Amino acid sequence: MSKRLFSIVALLVIASMALSACGAPAAGGGDTIKIAVLAPLSGPVPTFGVSTRDGALLAIEEWNAKGGVLGKQIEAVVEDSQCTADPAVNAANKVIDQDKVHYIVGEVCSKASIPVSEIAEQKGVVQISPTSTNPSVTINPDGSTKGYIFRACFIDPFQGLVMAKFALGQGKTTAFIMFDQGNDYVLGLAEAFEEAFVAGGGTVVGKESYTAQDTDFSAILTKVADSQAEVLFLPDYYNIVNLVAAQAKERGVTAAIMGGDGWDSSDLDLAAAEGGFFSNHYSAEDTRAVVQDWVKRYEAKYGAKPDALATLAYDATNLLIAAIEKAGKDDPAAVKDALAALQYEAVSGTITFDAQHNPIKSAVVMQVKDGKVVFAESIAP
Amino acid sequence: MNPTTPSLVQQVIQKRWLGKAFILLLTLLAAWRIVTALLENPTLFLQQVVNGLQLGFVYALIALGYTMVYGIVRLINFAHGDVFMVGAFVSYYSITRFQLHTWLARLAPGLPEGVVLVIGALTVMAVSMAACAILAIVIERVAYKPLRNAPRISALITAIGVSFFLEYFAALQFVFSPNFITYKRPIQVVTWAISPNGITTLGGGNAPPEGSILFSNIALIIILTSIALMLGLQFIVKQTRIGKAMRTVAYDKQTARLMGINADAIISITFAIGAALAGAAGMLYAIAFPQIFFWMGIIPGLKAFVAAVLGGIGSIPGAFIGALIMGQAEVLSAAYISTPLRDAIAFSILIIVLLVRPTGIFGEPEREKA
Repeated sequence: MSKRLFSIVALLVIASMALSACGAPAAGGGDTIKIAVLAPLSGPVPTFGVSTRDGALLAIEEWNAKGGVLGKQIEAVVEDSQCTADPAVNAANKVIDQDKVHYIVGEVCSKASIPVSEIAEQKGVVQISPTSTNPSVTINPDGSTKGYIFRACFIDPFQGLVMAKFALGQGKTTAFIMFDQGNDYVLGLAEAFEEAFVAGGGTVVGKESYTAQDTDFSAILTKVADSQAEVLFLPDYYNIVNLVAAQAKERGVTAAIMGGDGWDSSDLDLAAAEGGFFSNHYSAEDTRAVVQDWVKRYEAKYGAKPDALATLAYDATNLLIAAIEKAGKDDPAAVKDALAALQYEAVSGTITFDAQHNPIKSAVVMQVKDGKVVFAESIAP
Repeated sequence: MNPTTPSLVQQVIQKRWLGKAFILLLTLLAAWRIVTALLENPTLFLQQVVNGLQLGFVYALIALGYTMVYGIVRLINFAHGDVFMVGAFVSYYSITRFQLHTWLARLAPGLPEGVVLVIGALTVMAVSMAACAILAIVIERVAYKPLRNAPRISALITAIGVSFFLEYFAALQFVFSPNFITYKRPIQVVTWAISPNGITTLGGGNAPPEGSILFSNIALIIILTSIALMLGLQFIVKQTRIGKAMRTVAYDKQTARLMGINADAIISITFAIGAALAGAAGMLYAIAFPQIFFWMGIIPGLKAFVAAVLGGIGSIPGAFIGALIMGQAEVLSAAYISTPLRDAIAFSILIIVLLVRPTGIFGEPEREKA
């Protein structure tokens, strides 16, 4: 029995070696520049993967229509990385070792992007993640920046800063902060909001924490009403927002409720959250010409409005190709330096990178108004 | 030293003075905190008490189910919280799928809106109560009845199994789905601001007048419905033949059988009544905190269980008082001590009460069974 098992395994090993040997020469052609797109086309978030792939492919198609980059056409290598560490690592090894790509767009999920970034950094391949917000994607455990790794989205705490700026811009000077003490996403936003709000001249009149299992917020909301704060900052996910917003009105809370992109869900209770504001990466209703132009092109190709994932994948791919063009040669070491120093007019805002390879760009603020989520304002950092 | 008279240290240990002193200290601290809060801002304090009442009355409805079942079959029915969840979902589907809360308007248009809504909401509640009652009878027949003569621990573990089954069955995509669902309230929320100058209705994003206490129609509905259901229960248990039979079965099952009482039927009815109360509580809870999902029964179920033990499990007035204490303890600790600690404080009260009175506030010492 074990003998048979061994022979099967041996056969498989030989077959895989033969196959990879077949693949290698095909990858050796030097007349195209290859860009790998690692997208979670299956797994827990397949819709994220499809949007990401579509956005990236549209960017490559547009560059190719203009004659490619450095006089060469761009070739996309799409792999399904499943939003999971192991498949993503396998896909990264495959595209780097077998397809010989020098550039990776992806992954979407932080937990897949982080292991991929370790391989890319080690093998000197430039990686730009469109949407992974975890700081560790671009930062080593010792705090130094990974030289070859970038991202096209802002990291979570940045949204706290944006909302503080927005609230102050609306003439609101007092805020009450509610946060889930066990959620890093919420804590990051709440801390950044408080810091920026106080620095901008506002006063935080109260802070209360709760746990994710709470359903009765009456005690906190009575305090919020009593404090007469003008803003209630609640940077949690939509399920908590639904509960708090529904109870806030009964407790006489008149503050405008504000939060981050955790609100961005089709399950947000729009009736309860009426009058609330939240930050997001991008809005198809943004009035800037570059956005409207992009929405038109995407709709023409795919027949639907682009979501934030497609937009960020498009931006990430464009950033990468623009950096290749600026570097003037197909060399990852030169491209990473060009990317770090790049200033690029992307759909989701004018992007430059900070020392930790996080983009400095504008965010949009959305408003819940008349039972719909509408674009309110674009806030530059 | 004379060995027959214990030393001071031995006395302290024997009479558990340390523990008692600690409990006394905690109680005094809490009392002091509450009194200072009351003096500091009496309106705010009263408002928090009203908030606690609303929560406490919902717990009371769930706690009654625990206490009734325990009183009769000596079983802590851990699936009770999940029956409560099913009640919330049944009312949700009655409202969104079947528009049951407006059936009268379709049958007899032209009736005043208030009448339609009151009767509609009562119909929805009756449907959830009936659904939960049927569910409880099925659970009792399938899971508990075969274990009637087994050791008590077997039935207890089965109850936990039933609880898990209900939760994960409800989480299936084609049952209730694993998502958070926003509950559609059958009524509009109206909040009244009550102050010495009179009552005003809150609305349009206006701040309530200074020094007023807010009271919503939701709190009113919860309190009125709970009291009505509680009185109804008290009537059934004390005044009807079924109630008499229940008390008899609770007292001694074997003798009750000899007297010609169908003990199994009475036990089924007890489960059904307890579950019906949980069904009503599920709807009221969902109206107050309008979001439902398959795990929503766990925490309220536990709190209500604690309330029932606090009041003395097996005692109906005990469950009621225990639930009101739990509601106040939770809201007041969230308001004046710490929100993340609210559950810890509420459960500490249970421990303290049990240390002082092991049978709970209204509990009677366990009888010797024949």
